[in-house]
Formats: sequence, structure tokens, C-alpha cells
Amino acid sequence: MAEVILDNIAKSFGREDAIIDMSMTIDNGSFVVLLGPTGAGKTTTLRLVSGLEKMDSGTISIDGRVVNDETPAQRDVAMVFQQYSLYPHLSVRDNLAFPLRSPILKTPKADIEKKVAEVAEILQISAKLDNRATELSGGEMQRVSIGRALVRDPAIYLMDEPLSSLDARLRADLRIELKRVHSDIGSTLLYVTHDQIEAMTMATHVGVLEEGRLVQFGTPREIYENPNSVYVASRLGLPRINILPGDLFPGTTGAAHSIGLRPENIEYGQGQDAAVKRVEHLGDQTRLHMDLNGHNIVALSPSGNPYSAGTTIKIQPVNPLCFDESGHRIAGSDA
Amino acid sequence: MAEIVIKDLRKDFGDFTAVRESSFTIGDGEFFMLLGPSGCGKTTTLRMIAGLELPSSGEIFLDGEEISQKPPSQRDIAFVFQMFALYPHMNVRKNISYPLASQGMSRRDIKTKVAEVSKILGIEHMLDRPVGGLSGGDRQRVALGRAIVREPKAFMMDEPLGALDAEFREHMSEELRALHDRMGATTVYVTHDQLEAMQMGDKIVVMNNAVVEQFGTPREIYDKPATVFVADFIGSPSMNFLSFNGQVIDGHTSVQLGQNVVDIPQQLASAEGALILGVRPEHISLVDNGILRCEVLAVEYLGTTQIVVLASEFGELKARVDSIVVVSVGDNVGVSFNASTITLFDRVSGKAIRSVLNDGAFAHG
Repeated sequence: MAEVILDNIAKSFGREDAIIDMSMTIDNGSFVVLLGPTGAGKTTTLRLVSGLEKMDSGTISIDGRVVNDETPAQRDVAMVFQQYSLYPHLSVRDNLAFPLRSPILKTPKADIEKKVAEVAEILQISAKLDNRATELSGGEMQRVSIGRALVRDPAIYLMDEPLSSLDARLRADLRIELKRVHSDIGSTLLYVTHDQIEAMTMATHVGVLEEGRLVQFGTPREIYENPNSVYVASRLGLPRINILPGDLFPGTTGAAHSIGLRPENIEYGQGQDAAVKRVEHLGDQTRLHMDLNGHNIVALSPSGNPYSAGTTIKIQPVNPLCFDESGHRIAGSDA
Repeated sequence: MAEIVIKDLRKDFGDFTAVRESSFTIGDGEFFMLLGPSGCGKTTTLRMIAGLELPSSGEIFLDGEEISQKPPSQRDIAFVFQMFALYPHMNVRKNISYPLASQGMSRRDIKTKVAEVSKILGIEHMLDRPVGGLSGGDRQRVALGRAIVREPKAFMMDEPLGALDAEFREHMSEELRALHDRMGATTVYVTHDQLEAMQMGDKIVVMNNAVVEQFGTPREIYDKPATVFVADFIGSPSMNFLSFNGQVIDGHTSVQLGQNVVDIPQQLASAEGALILGVRPEHISLVDNGILRCEVLAVEYLGTTQIVVLASEFGELKARVDSIVVVSVGDNVGVSFNASTITLFDRVSGKAIRSVLNDGAFAHG
């Protein structure tokens, strides 16, 4: 396990800048999730760290050693891809053992057996060790492919949306499993996703990417509660944060150009009149879709208060996030 | 616009029964969801309504007229598929106007219609572009435009958002729902995503193994599940199930769960033996003295709320509590349940036991 440092790295493909002057420190033992929409540069960052892609400038060091000129194998990283790629003709056991049998690692046979049993236990696939890879369900295959990374003891695990091809139920299970694996073996992980739930629930640190730049880095709670821009604020939170003009609630939000209201930042009973257009009963929460002077606001209905479509209610902001014209957070001025 | 009544509909493919005697009613102007896991029969049901499959038995009424044996072209229904099937060699305008041109509508009328529809969908500026260069969302809008332009009695949609990524999907689902609210056309929508069904639907049919498990509004289905399957399938995380052996008695408002007496909604039926107590994560509170002592196994931070995973004598429980509550892995906590929301199930049949909470909710079954 090791600390990984990206120092001012950049990468372009032709005229397209994929990564722009990115610096980031991935502490030993941390679980860093890179979050951003398609095209933000998440996967490119991962591929640069793995050595599958060459940087234009900057340095990457792993465990204090600059690895710019090293091949992927020399870098001692283990990668898990979105699409599981297993050897279909091999059993689960042989698939798991395969990386350890590589001529570079030269692992003794007894150690291989021990390691495979250990990893199978962690991922709860012990009972399937003698099955062919093709006899597994999608979730089991992805667990085996994660297992193939885990049998090794690399400096860092690199995972590229490993859960996104799985169904909702399995994703929820594997989220908890991955987090447990991380805390059990104290490994360092760099994990790419566009799923905010994965970022929030698993990460020790979230790096938010926007068009090739790292725009904020912090714990999930910091990113959620203290975002430095409209863009970052819009990455986390369900329902999504409402971004509204700063003068929508006169006298309450100072000189902000725009304000951000999460469901918990909206108070009912006072303030401006909003018309309820639609009520969504999602079970654990009830969402109100409201209209305030032509602006859509999505909020959570207070529990036990059955507002219905067509009614008008008064709302006002509580501790909104304040932003300037360019979408940056106005420091210290949050009302 | 139209009401669709499904009566004892059944479909067999050889020895395999895809849909077993199903009955439900799709109200005029409703956004109606067919929800269930893969292979449950939801797509087959949709295809029978559209006329792409003929039922083995049963009836389908569209506005009072029995249509189950008619060809699709005589049903006045538009179908939107998961993969946006557009004519690649035609521009956006031609793609949208094609169904009208093939019906022999005059050019002037076509022009008016296409203008109208493209305005509803916000694609007026791209009418003369080839469809090849369009983004996924715009392609989907064009596909919708082609369905809407005919003004059919009803729309059938088979996971139209299934191929999109999470963020875009959320956006398109809001757009679809808003479009439906403007047009008010009866829409039948197939999905395996329970959140999508809860978010968009006026009514939901939950199917499993070729059978309709429950039929009702999102709220009824969430709060008053008719079966363990429905309770488990709807909600994320799903309902907690505490298995125990005991008895519930008609008229009682509590039940003996192991060493503890748990308050429940007043029961309207009795049952004995292998039972399950079902409670939703948001109806579990962490308290000093509760009915159960639990150890905290994991905490998942979700912003507004957090999911606390607990080890109890009845297995693992998940509670959804406010993020303000301070709780850490390894803590020993008490839990209590919100009594009025609890559903008891018979473990063998998987069916909910009647109480004042769910009385009347399964009448449609």
C-alpha cells in the first residue's frame, strides 16, 4: 500500500484537453472517488495513473517513486473495469489465481491457495470456487473480477465504474462489501464513478472533476455541506439542489447572484408563496415540485403534512449557499 | 384519449406461461407503470396491449372496444422502444412526419402538426438536421415526436430510458412526465426500476413470475404492500423483515416478537406460525431504550439522511435517520419502530395479514 501523488499532470487527445493541470494526493489507505459526468476526465485520470495512457506533462509518484516512465506492470497497480473480463474456460479458482501465477510475481503455490481462499471469503464466493466463470450470474462475475484485483497486494487499486453494469440491489450490496474490504485490508483505492450514491457512501475523499480539472477535493460531507461552486453543489444530493436567483427571496440572502437550496434549506410556513404543481410519493420521502415566480423548486414535504397539487404554500430559505455571477461560492456570506 | 381494461389476460409460449390471468384497469389519461424484475411478464403484457403479441386467453378493452385479436395497425396505439429507432437517412423533420405522410395526410397539415410537436419537445431548431449527429437525448425526443405526432389513443413505452446514464435519465424522466402532464395521453410504461415507477407513475402494477402481485398508487404500494415480494422490491433500501414464530390475533394492537412486545396497527385477521414483521428503514428510530438492542455495523452517509446498518437478534436491519444524528460503527444502540406503519406477513404464503393499515388496499389484486 502506498501514497500516490499527481503533480500538475496534463493530457490532451489531439486538440481536446482531457486533463488540465491536475494535482492530487491520494493518502495511504484512503478511498478516493473521482466524481463527474461523462467526459469530465475521470477515466483518463485513472488510465494515466495505471500507465495505460502517457501524460503530456507533470509527474505521478507512487510510494515516493516517480513512475512516469514505468510500464503498467512495473507500477504495481491493480485495475478493475466496468465490464468484467474473466477467462470463460477457467474455474472461478483459476480466474482468481491467474494474476498470482504471472511470471513477474512468481508466487509459491501454497500462498496462492491461501490468498484465493481469503479473497473468496471476503467476496462471499467461496461456494462457487469450482464453478466455471460462465456459470455465474452477472453480480458473481463482477465479484470475481474484483477478486482478481484483490488477490494481489498492489500499491493501489484502480477501479473504473465496477458496479455500474449491475442491477440496483446488487450495487447496494457490493457498495457495502467494497467499503468493508477497504476497511479490512486498509488498501488504497482510486475509484471512478458518475453515481453520487457510490461517491457519498464509500469514499473517504471525493474529487469532483469538471472538464478535465479537479475543482474540489474533500470528504463526502465537506463536498455536500460546503461546495465551492454551483457545479460541485449540483453533483451531490437527491433531489438535486435548487439553484435560484439571489433576489427571489428579497432581504434574506444578501448580495448573492444565485442561491442554492437543498431540501433541508427550505422552511415552510413563512416567506414567499409557491404553487405546488406535483407531489411525488417515493415512500421514504415525498417530493414537492413547486413553482415560485416561474422558477421550479423541488423540495421534500415535511413529514405528516400532506400538501397536494394545486395548493399554495409559503417557503423561505434557511442557511442557503450563496454564489456569485460565475457560480463560485461567496465565502463567509451565506445567510 | 382512452381507458384500457385488461381482463384475465394470459399468454403461453408453448409450455411456458409468460403472463397468468391478469386483470387491471388503466384510467383515461393515466401514466401507468408495469413494474417487475426481468422475466416477470411486464413486457409481454405491454406487447399484448399494443398488438405485437396475441393473448392465449382474456380480453383487452380500449375505450370499451375489445381489441385483443386485432392487428396493431387497427388499435391506434403508439409504441416507443428502448432503442430509439429512427430512419438514419432522413432528417429530423422527415422522421417525425413519416407516420403522417404514410397515412396520406396533406402536406400543409403535416407541416402544422410537425411544428406543433417539435415545439412541445423543444426540438424546433434541429428539424433540418440529419439524425445521425444528434445526442442521445435529442434522438429520444425525435423518437417521442414520431409517436406523439399521430395523436394515438395511448402510448406504450418499453423502458425508453433504460439505455441512458443516471444523470441524463433523471432529466429525461422529468421531461417525459411534464410532457404527459401537458398532453394528458394515456401512457403505459414498462420498467424494472422501482424508483422510476414511483417517481413517474400515477398507478403501478407490480408483476412477478407472470402474476400481478399488487395494483395501486405509488403510495399505496409503498405503505401497504400486499406481499413480501412487493415490500422487498419497492423502496431502497427495501423493507426490513424480522422472521419469528408466534401468533397475531384479530383485534389486537401488539404482537410478541421474541422477548419483546411490539405495537402494531390493529389486526383484522388472525394468523399463527411462521410470521414476518416488516418495517421500512425510515420507520426505525435510534433511541436509548428500545424494543431491540443492536450493534452498528456500517453507516452510509447520503447527505440529508444516512443509512445505519444494524446487527440485531433478528438479523441485519437498516435504518434511515437524519444526518444530524451522530452514530458510529461499533456503537450499541436501542431501536424502536413506528407502530402504525408495520405490516405483518405470513411467511409461507408471503401475503400480508390484514390490519387497519392495509385494509382495502389489495382489493384489485
